[in-house]
Order: sequence, then structure tokens, then C-alpha cells
Amino acid sequence: MSLESRVTEIIVNKLGVKPEEVTPEAGFQPDLGADSLDLVELMMDFEDSFKLKISDEDSSSLKTVGDVIAYLKNHGAGE
Amino acid sequence: MKRRVVVTGMGAIAPIGLNVAECWSSAVAGRSGLGRITLIDPEPFTTRIAGEVWGFDPGKYMDRKLAARTDRYTQFALVASKEAFESSGLKDSGMDPTRLGVIIGTGIGGITTWEAEHIKALEKGPDRISPFFCPMMIGNMASGRVAIELNAKGVNFATVTACATSGHAIATAFDCIRLGRADAILAGGAEAPITMMGLGGFCSLKALSTRNDDPKTASRPFDRDRDGFVMAEGAAIVVLEEYEHAARRGAPMLAELLGAGMTCDAFHITAPAEGGEGSARAMVEAMKDAGITPEQVDYINAHGTSTELNDTGETAAIKTALGEGRARRIMVSSTKSVTGHMLGAAGSIEMIFSVLAIRDGVVPPTATLENPDPLCDLDYVPKVARQARVDIVLSNSFGFGGHNVCLAIGRV
Repeated sequence: MSLESRVTEIIVNKLGVKPEEVTPEAGFQPDLGADSLDLVELMMDFEDSFKLKISDEDSSSLKTVGDVIAYLKNHGAGE
Repeated sequence: MKRRVVVTGMGAIAPIGLNVAECWSSAVAGRSGLGRITLIDPEPFTTRIAGEVWGFDPGKYMDRKLAARTDRYTQFALVASKEAFESSGLKDSGMDPTRLGVIIGTGIGGITTWEAEHIKALEKGPDRISPFFCPMMIGNMASGRVAIELNAKGVNFATVTACATSGHAIATAFDCIRLGRADAILAGGAEAPITMMGLGGFCSLKALSTRNDDPKTASRPFDRDRDGFVMAEGAAIVVLEEYEHAARRGAPMLAELLGAGMTCDAFHITAPAEGGEGSARAMVEAMKDAGITPEQVDYINAHGTSTELNDTGETAAIKTALGEGRARRIMVSSTKSVTGHMLGAAGSIEMIFSVLAIRDGVVPPTATLENPDPLCDLDYVPKVARQARVDIVLSNSFGFGGHNVCLAIGRV
């Protein structure tokens, strides 16, 4: 499974949204209905799934699905 | 002028039914909701039976995200509150949301969430604890969540008094309406205690029946062969409303809450006081608050847990509070014989049964009573329901900690 599909699956499971809503441009809070607690849990799921650590500073800059995909790729996830 | 309080809506989800109609029909028929535990592997426990809300699927009642963000006890509260609110007609009444309150208690709270997150923290480290752990686990979140769902912006808190919890929720909601703090309040309790710690803890207390081969007759209030209570889960909620407010909108008035009594044994953490001294005073206080005499009481929905200490103590207390002569002439029954003991939700489901006894003129039986304990010598309506005009009911709830609540309910 590609990194993008894994990210989509995690978001769909956590936020209860449809897969087609999870586009790279989609913002977690404005578009996918996440609140601040959802975001904390989402970041934990990305950490567990991709075996890396996302610092609080970094996570606060990850606003969209595309931000997360780029971040994970830049940090060697899914290779 | 004194503000009167009536019941205008009811909701329940329990081992004997997924709504009020199903629960009432089971209670009247004496149909047990108890069976072998499926929520956890019961093999390591001395007690392997309970009253589950069999086959409960939160996805049928709420979206997946809400279900994932709420403990099982809160899910039950949401289901029962929705039924209560809709049946009251308040939903589309245009009522001022700041005058609508919610007081839903729980004996234990989100113990399922507690255990799962504790195990995760031990296995994966404390930084893996879910950000939802605190808001899911705390015992006031059923009240908080229900308020969000119903846009109820008035009085809102939770009561915690073990098995007297929802009796206290209803009694305090009653007072809040009488004092003018709100015009309508959803009040009751919710509980989901069937977990390793919940079951194991009560097993260690030696409080539970071990009649594992015959769960349907394991809860035997007032029977000489009882051997403890059977724990159960679910929720029950009533809508209490100020009389004039209900009258103006032509609401269904199912019964009137006439009075409440609240006392403490100040005696022992789990055992009731000698002769049921504290619970007798709760009944006396409730009758005094309601302005009624023992002669007017037709039926007592007993706390009746199926433990020796409760059943003999409560029997003695009823005699003390009503006088031995009157006590022998009224009907007393324990619907825990079929529901099991729903702990924090017990008082409110029993309030619902009390209201329906008045509405339908039928007293639900102590369904499993075969051979009364010699110390339990009242009319416990054994085995089959009884047709009878019922105008006034007392409903008892007693909890670990020595808490006693009695509600006096009457025909409007």
C-alpha cells in the first residue's frame, strides 16, 4: 500500500470521513471536521504507523493532508 | 407558589430491552435479562453471569466518530436520553435551551476506557495515552455529551453515590426545578461496569451471585436461597418538567414527583445500618416532603438487590417507616429480579417502572421469588405481575457509602 493510501486509511478510520474527502488540499480542522484532540490522536496514529516521532512544534505546522504526506516522505517514512 | 414537578418523558436501555416499552413488557412478564458474560472472558472469575445490553451496537444509534469518542456508559446515556427527550415532545417545543438541564450520574464512570488506556500505557508508554482518555473516562461526561446533543444549556452536573446515583440525580433535579433553576431536566443514570476490574472488584467483595449455571434465576431478591446480586449495565432517563410549563404546551404528564428523601447511614462503607435505620429515615423524609401518609402508599419498588444484608435491612426499614401494619398490606417488589443490578442506572429505571405501574395499574413482580427468607415477610408480589390501582409509589435506592434515597411518585 502506498504511503498516501495508508495516510488516507488512518484519517478515514479516525475522523469518520469518506476516502474521497481526503485530498492533499483538505485541511484537518476546516475540511475534515477535526478538533484539537482529534489532531493529537491522529499524530499518534501516524507516529505508530510510520515508526517515527513528530514533535509538538512540527505537528502544529501540519494543517493539511498534503502537509502530512510531505512531512512523512521528508522524514523517510514508507521507504 | 409551590412549583410542582411532573414526568413528561422517559427513555431506557437495559438487559431486558432497548427502549422503555420493551423493558416494561419484560418487567411485567418477569422475563430475565441475565446470562453468561460475553463482553470479557468470564472464565477466570467466580461470577460468570451478568445483565448485558445484549448485542448493543453503538453504530445503530450514532456516527462512528461519536461512538469512538464516548465510553460505553455515555453511549447508553445518549440512547436513553434521546428516547426520553423525543417522547417528552420538548424537542420541537421551542423551549428556551437555557432553562433545560441535564443531571445524569454514574456509579463508576468510564471504566472500560480506564482499563484499555491503562493497559496501553503499560505496554507502549505513557505518551501513547489517548487525548480522549480524560474526557471519555470522567463520570460527568454523560451529562456533558447529552447536553451537546440536545442543546441543553441550563443546570448540568453528575451525581456519584454508587447504587443510589440516579435516585440522587432525580431528587436533585426535582429540587432544581422546584427552586426555579430550570423548567425541565433530563435526570437519571448510566452504567457500563462489566469489565475485568468491575467484575473482579465485586467478586472480591463477595457481593455477587455465583449461580453461574442458572443466570435467569440468579437475582433472587428476598428469597432464602439468594446468594448475592447480579451486576448489569444500561441507562435510564426521565424528563422532569415544571407542571405549568408542561401544561402550557400540552405535554404528556405520566406522573408527578411528589417528594424525595435523602439520608446517610454514617455507619459502614458497604453494609447498611442495623435495621435499615438510614433507609427508613429516607422513606419517612420522602413521605413528609410529599405530604402523604403511609396509608396512601400503594406500592414500594424496593432497592431489593438479592443480598442478605440489603433484603433483610430494607424489609425492616419498610416496617419502621410505614408501621408494621401498613407495611404488611402494601405491595413491595424488586425488578432487579429481571434487570439485575444496574448500579448507577438502577434508581432511574425503577423510577420508570414506578411511573408505569401507576399508568397501567399493574405491579411488576419479584419474578424469581420462590421461598421467602423468614426475615422477609412482606407481600413481594412473587412470580407474577398483579393488576391493581396504584396511585402512590415509593422507589428506594441505597448505595455503598451509606447513601439512601427514596422518591415518592404519584398520579397527576
